[in-house]
Amino acid sequence: MSFKTFKIDDMDLSAAEDDTILQVAREHDIFIPTLCFLEGLSPVGACRLCLVEIKGSSKLVPACVTQVQEGMEVLTNSERLQKYRRMVIEMLFSEGNHICAVCVSNGHCDLQYLAQRLGVDHNELPYLHQQKPVDASHYRFAIDHNRCVLCTRCVRVCDEIEGAHTWDVMSHGIDSQVITDLMQPWGDSETCTSCGKCIQVCPTGALFKKSKAVAEMVKEHEFLPYLKTMRETK
Amino acid sequence: MSKATFATVWLDGCSGCHMSFLDIDEFLLDLADKIELVYSPLVDNKDFPEMVEVTLVEGAVSNADDYEKIQYIRQHTRTLISLGDCAVTGNVPSMRNPFFVDEVIDRAYNENVTINPQVPHIGVPELRPWVVPVHTIVPVDVYVPGCPPSAALIKHVLTELLEGRKPDLSDIARFG
Repeated sequence: MSFKTFKIDDMDLSAAEDDTILQVAREHDIFIPTLCFLEGLSPVGACRLCLVEIKGSSKLVPACVTQVQEGMEVLTNSERLQKYRRMVIEMLFSEGNHICAVCVSNGHCDLQYLAQRLGVDHNELPYLHQQKPVDASHYRFAIDHNRCVLCTRCVRVCDEIEGAHTWDVMSHGIDSQVITDLMQPWGDSETCTSCGKCIQVCPTGALFKKSKAVAEMVKEHEFLPYLKTMRETK
Repeated sequence: MSKATFATVWLDGCSGCHMSFLDIDEFLLDLADKIELVYSPLVDNKDFPEMVEVTLVEGAVSNADDYEKIQYIRQHTRTLISLGDCAVTGNVPSMRNPFFVDEVIDRAYNENVTINPQVPHIGVPELRPWVVPVHTIVPVDVYVPGCPPSAALIKHVLTELLEGRKPDLSDIARFG
């Protein structure tokens, strides 16, 4: 395996050639915000929060799917990036109905945390106030599409880890939504094993256990790398 | 030393932000030496003064009265503060927005009422079609998110303002 030497925020670093910018940054405690990325799942570069600048290129690249290259100079926190990241967060808040005060995940939510961390104290964009459904047909779990950010963590964990592929994404653009089976009610799904992995990886209060009240739904993301390591070393 | 003039207003909110303001406890005594509360649900004055240094706004803009009031207040305030999630985002009051106003009123005053259902129309301001954050109607100087913002956060905001600084809450305050 060959190694590459490069810079992140003026810090001289080296890493294996197939390491991503995000992996190296995390190893060196350099903060790059992520929402769709989750350790243990394949990266998809969907949320655009981990965009970084490469010196000499006007194009921004997602750190979670970009491998390091020899001589590369990466900037992770320029004013331009901060502006775009805040914009991404504002668009997510505009598109859904994320009323933190009455959410099961209040205080334990990745979106809420990122808004705070990235300095989003209000939204310059108008809220869309779309009417989105809630599916509570499953006997243990429910999904509130109003709080879904379409990160597809549920889709990936169901396919890659559980092997059931109950979840998928339907439609395009503003009409996109995650669905169970062929857009059947979750409770009628024949493929769902009711394992609950989708609940645990969901970054917001979109997927939750029934009987959880405001701020009670604490997600356990940590099970995933553990499970993956155990399987790989079996 | 002359005291700084402060006001607080209550638009479409639950008064929780005002409760949180009162929760600053003994700091209220320090505050009483430094500010004069010239208009507020907590004091008796009925008219908004000609000019106020700082106005804390609780609640979203939901009805015709909120809409008129916030514009008047902006014109007569130097530093306008959106206090709490309703003022900053619309929060819970804005949950009626996916529905039409007529549907909402029908639900509240007819559908769920068994005895003498009627829609109140005397002495109540008309609801606007959408509940919106304060800054979509008038410029806001400082945003204090939270539902409610904690007493510690409100104390921090007031202390900074009294020191002549614009409070920076970017990494200490959060929605919800």
